[in-house]
Amino acid sequence: MSNQKIKCAIIGSGNIGTDLMYKLLRSDKLELTAMVGIDRNSKGLALAKEHGVKPIYNGIEGLAEEPELAEIVYEATSAKAHAYNAPILKNLGMKAVDLTPAAVGPFLVPSVNLKEEEIAELDNVNMVTCGGQATIPMVKAISDVVKVDYAEIVASIASKSAGPGTRQNIDEFTVTTAKALREVGGADESKAIITLNPAEPPILMRNTIHVQTAESADAYQEDILASLDSMLKTVQGYVKGYRFKADPVIKGNVVTVSVEVEGNGDFLPKYAGNLDIITSAAVKTGEVMAAHMTKEEAAQ
Amino acid sequence: MSNHRKVVFNDVTLRDGMHAISHQYSTEQIAELTQLIDESGVDIIEATHGDGLGGSSIQYGFSKESEEEIITTAVKNAKNAKVGVLLLPGIGTIEHLERAREWGASVVRVATHCSEADVSEQHIKKAVDLGMDTVGFLMMSHRSTPEDLLEEAKKMESYGAGTIYVVDSAGALTMDDTRRRIALFKENLSTDIGFHGHNNLSLGVANSIVALEEGANRIDTSLAGMGAGAGNTATEQLVAVMNKMEIPHSVDLYKAMDAAENVMKPMMNRPVQIDRLSLTLGYTGVYSSFLLFAERAGKEYGVDPRDILTKISEMGAVGGQEDWIIGVAQDLAKEKAHA
Repeated sequence: MSNQKIKCAIIGSGNIGTDLMYKLLRSDKLELTAMVGIDRNSKGLALAKEHGVKPIYNGIEGLAEEPELAEIVYEATSAKAHAYNAPILKNLGMKAVDLTPAAVGPFLVPSVNLKEEEIAELDNVNMVTCGGQATIPMVKAISDVVKVDYAEIVASIASKSAGPGTRQNIDEFTVTTAKALREVGGADESKAIITLNPAEPPILMRNTIHVQTAESADAYQEDILASLDSMLKTVQGYVKGYRFKADPVIKGNVVTVSVEVEGNGDFLPKYAGNLDIITSAAVKTGEVMAAHMTKEEAAQ
Repeated sequence: MSNHRKVVFNDVTLRDGMHAISHQYSTEQIAELTQLIDESGVDIIEATHGDGLGGSSIQYGFSKESEEEIITTAVKNAKNAKVGVLLLPGIGTIEHLERAREWGASVVRVATHCSEADVSEQHIKKAVDLGMDTVGFLMMSHRSTPEDLLEEAKKMESYGAGTIYVVDSAGALTMDDTRRRIALFKENLSTDIGFHGHNNLSLGVANSIVALEEGANRIDTSLAGMGAGAGNTATEQLVAVMNKMEIPHSVDLYKAMDAAENVMKPMMNRPVQIDRLSLTLGYTGVYSSFLLFAERAGKEYGVDPRDILTKISEMGAVGGQEDWIIGVAQDLAKEKAHA
């Protein structure tokens, strides 16, 4: 049955979990069955119930009681919670798509390293951070053309889109993003910076990517611009509000690229592209996992 | 005001002053300035990249010397003053702070935009654990009402900060603006209270005095005002006024004057002064370190840097968003070409 959907669940009922819910409800490869939380009064769990998704109020223990609910589990809690949940999910035979900075599994940025055959081998993948999903593709686009010594990114997000999880763990954002800029983006060294901006109306998520190349980037101008354009289109394949904010600047061995992300407005308004870029990447990843699982099941 | 308790001077020549020299102080300059500032009698010497720990970057400019070199040089050359560092969560991390502590820094100012104090919780708690003199630093204070600013200050107090600052990063507060913010802090906080001024509207000294009158007891200054924009409150100028008003402190006027005149001013690349561009910072309320970036982008794209700053202000940029400047300059250049 080729139209068989793979069942999935979300742990975490905050901004990211709720935005993810709306996207999964539209998926033709995944069937969202449950949202797991710990706060009976959470808005996310109430919305889940409203949309026919089973709310589970007692955390991962509740999910463990009903293992038939999901083959793929999206973790949208905190790094600490996922460190606790990851082995439990593994024992339950559930694949984890982790949207926290826990990085239990390898980093995954769909436009750079999502390959169906490879992902079949993994039981836990990490979606880096919103800033990582927005910037690593651009660093990779440059490092595909010329060696990158150093990559630095500055993510600006609207204050209203940063929930308490992000605020209390802002170091995790910078450290995890910087690490993934090296491991997935292909930079030798890296730095990540985040600023929260309270302007009204709220700003769209904006990211500036500064890259230092090993040799003068001027000589590769055409190839770099073409590679950036091509990568932009690949990302737009799963995040349609992803676009250049300023013209890329190439000067000596420094390339500066600026992108903004307009969200789909599923849960928070469109300014919160930082939710969309990571939740869309996670949906895309889960769908590729599901496609492979469906094929395997059909073959058996 | 002779009954006032002694005012603590926090010198920022080697931190905010970094902006004015594009973070290019050499080890020798840091050593010389630290010695002079220390001898003048200030209580705390802050020495870090202008954007704090971890600030050395393409975005803000790379430091000439390493973070370790900057901090250890200050520590080595300060006989009496404590050495402090600045930390902006989102740029610097707890790991940076731990290293700075190991290198001998004993004061930290954990800085957030005036409405975002809750990103400082981890860092303030860690600093208290490390036994540091821990300060909450509410940047761009002109962007919040006094009442909203107080709510953020209370958060920092609850995390354990011993001193909370009203930080006029854009040099945009008038004297009444300063008075209302400090008075509200004094009435509602049990911490010490500080004020950090910029001289963009020529109110650095005046605002500092107003802050002292309302109960602040820590003031940021720098030699000859060395700092971002039109600079900070100049140590020697504030000391002269405080002496006349008989407000107690421990800084020697002549030593501060001589250091400013003989050593600091000759080190400046671009005179730290009120000119049309730094005045625009204060007038439109833009973070002072945007000055040199707007000036360069204006030249490069052939647009008036005042227009860049005005647009940046309208967009509501906060400290650390220097990357917005190039996009704005490009847009203005395109508009000009189509006009």
